[in-house]
Amino acid sequence: MLSIKNLQVKLEDEDKQILKGVDLEIGPGEVHAIMGPNGSGKSTMSYVLSGKGGYEVTAGEATLDGMDLLDMEPDARAAAGLFLAFQYPVEIPGVGNMTFLRTAVNSQRKARGEEELSAADFLKLVRAKAKSLKIDAEMLKRPVNVGFSGGEKKRNEILQMAMLEPKMCILDETDSGLDVDAMKLVSEGVNALRDGKRSFLVITHYQRLLDHIKPDVVHIMANGRMIKSGGPELALEVEHNGYADILAEVV
Amino acid sequence: MKALTAKIQAVEARVSDVDLPAGGKWVTEARKSAMARLRAMGLPARRDEYWKFTRPEELTKADATEAALLETDEKPVFCDIDRLRLVFVDGVLDTDISDAMAMDHIEIEPLAEAAAKDIHWVKDLYGALETSGQTPVERPLAALNTALAVQGVVLRVTGKVPRPVCLHYVRDKIGADAMVHHVVKVEDGADFTLLENGPAADRINKVLEVDVADGGAFHHIRTQGRDHERRAVSHIFARLGKESSFKSFTLTVNGALTRNECVIEMLGDDAHATISGACAGDGASGPFHQDDTVFITHDAVNCESRQVFKKVLRNGATGVFQGKILVKADAQKTDGYQISQGLLLDENSQFLAKPELEIYADDVACSHGSTVGAIDETALFYLTSRGIPHNQAQDMLVLAFLAQALEEIESVDIREDILNRLEAWVERHRR
Repeated sequence: MLSIKNLQVKLEDEDKQILKGVDLEIGPGEVHAIMGPNGSGKSTMSYVLSGKGGYEVTAGEATLDGMDLLDMEPDARAAAGLFLAFQYPVEIPGVGNMTFLRTAVNSQRKARGEEELSAADFLKLVRAKAKSLKIDAEMLKRPVNVGFSGGEKKRNEILQMAMLEPKMCILDETDSGLDVDAMKLVSEGVNALRDGKRSFLVITHYQRLLDHIKPDVVHIMANGRMIKSGGPELALEVEHNGYADILAEVV
Repeated sequence: MKALTAKIQAVEARVSDVDLPAGGKWVTEARKSAMARLRAMGLPARRDEYWKFTRPEELTKADATEAALLETDEKPVFCDIDRLRLVFVDGVLDTDISDAMAMDHIEIEPLAEAAAKDIHWVKDLYGALETSGQTPVERPLAALNTALAVQGVVLRVTGKVPRPVCLHYVRDKIGADAMVHHVVKVEDGADFTLLENGPAADRINKVLEVDVADGGAFHHIRTQGRDHERRAVSHIFARLGKESSFKSFTLTVNGALTRNECVIEMLGDDAHATISGACAGDGASGPFHQDDTVFITHDAVNCESRQVFKKVLRNGATGVFQGKILVKADAQKTDGYQISQGLLLDENSQFLAKPELEIYADDVACSHGSTVGAIDETALFYLTSRGIPHNQAQDMLVLAFLAQALEEIESVDIREDILNRLEAWVERHRR
């Protein structure tokens, strides 16, 4: 599914290397978690994979089902099946949430040569999905993320994910700013999308999210590299002992 | 002194071989007075502070520059709105192709007919609001219009008018240098919507004088015509009575030069005024320069005024905003709001803004904001990361930016109509 080999990335405007050779293989249906200290490059990796500007790839490659992601525009990556749930979902005044969702769904369908959803079919679909995420109709009518609470923004990300049905989902600190109930709701939304084929990369600081979204593999990232990988128990170790032991081990 | 002499000489160059139009007693007096005022102040010149951002030559020179006719099979704006339509062809009212000038609660008369009479209600307004609007800032092109315009309509509104009146300006041939002057009197408690659309002429100088009496409501929505080379200067002079309401919205897309001045005097307590505009300019289709110049005087208690202007500019297009709120000493409890924003889609375009507040009362709330910026890259990435192609995402953000100005239009149908025009513009100019 997602294959990252020796990915090296620096900031476009300054001589600052952020990713120093990341390797990662995620197979179909797998859930991988990445943990790591602040500034280790986790978010940068998610941005680079989804095509945000401001970064320069200096070496390595990233492919999705064999397609060279790094050579594609962000919209083409999305149409190819990549989805990033933002750590900080962006507020867009003046663009209605519903219009945004429908444009996104149909743009992707068009790009893949599929038939676009009619207004009626779209409405039916979005209402059903929104309901399961406890997103009310009012929220759908409002401008994208404007005036949404932290929890509402994250639920809106999951709604987009559910509507777009990507192959590969990256969740960048989706648990940040969520209370216990909201985290449960969001996790249920994510778990509902697990179908044995769709893959997930969950970036988080806290083991708690991984109680809800159970990972197959946990990676520890530090200083622009994956320094350790293991099973779910690795997350528990971090929760109890922090990163100090693991970092010391590697050095 | 030398500069003033040159400006006065410019008047002579412009009007020396023009006679004042013939008419009844009242209009002849008004025209003579306007001509005398124009001769005293001279035509605008580049050095004038008020014309710092917009070069007046194309508007002041004796002969208008020719403007090619726009070829389009697009239906005109407002064509699906139930309205009484008056058609001006190359700046001349054509009653044969206009609707009958009769509707409940409104008297409609061509200016030429009103002007032929010795006595008419319009004598108290024609040129009077324009004269009042010359202080403290001179507006010579409006005086020129009062002196020479023979085309226009005069409207007296006495109740709630069932349908809008639409002034539809079409061009038939190249070479028209039009001057149009309308007068609207909204009587106590009356309610009226005026629509205007179309380019009118190669060059047009238009004046609209509006008197809104106590409790009256005036709505005005206009689009200025897409002919790329047309040039236009317009003045709105409005006087607002107690508890009255005035709302004017302008859409400008294309046009080599557009200068829209709006002068509002709030003379009755508890009145409301909104003046707003959306502008979309693309220098790739020809020069584009659009200027909104607004002056609102609060001279009564507890009045509210809003100015909302949004301009999207690309390929060397220029947008100008000069907006002033003057709050006189006795205008307590004034609420004045002003926002002007430019969205530049490239580094060649510019937005020039001069927001001004001059406040003499001590219990007022006035706010103003002016911003200029590029497309929000974070928002753009968010949209594209969901699969929306870059160009389409940019269009969505452009329309979202302009939407704030469109929200000032009360009628949902008209707002939709305007939005459709903007969507079409954005699509035509997609990169």
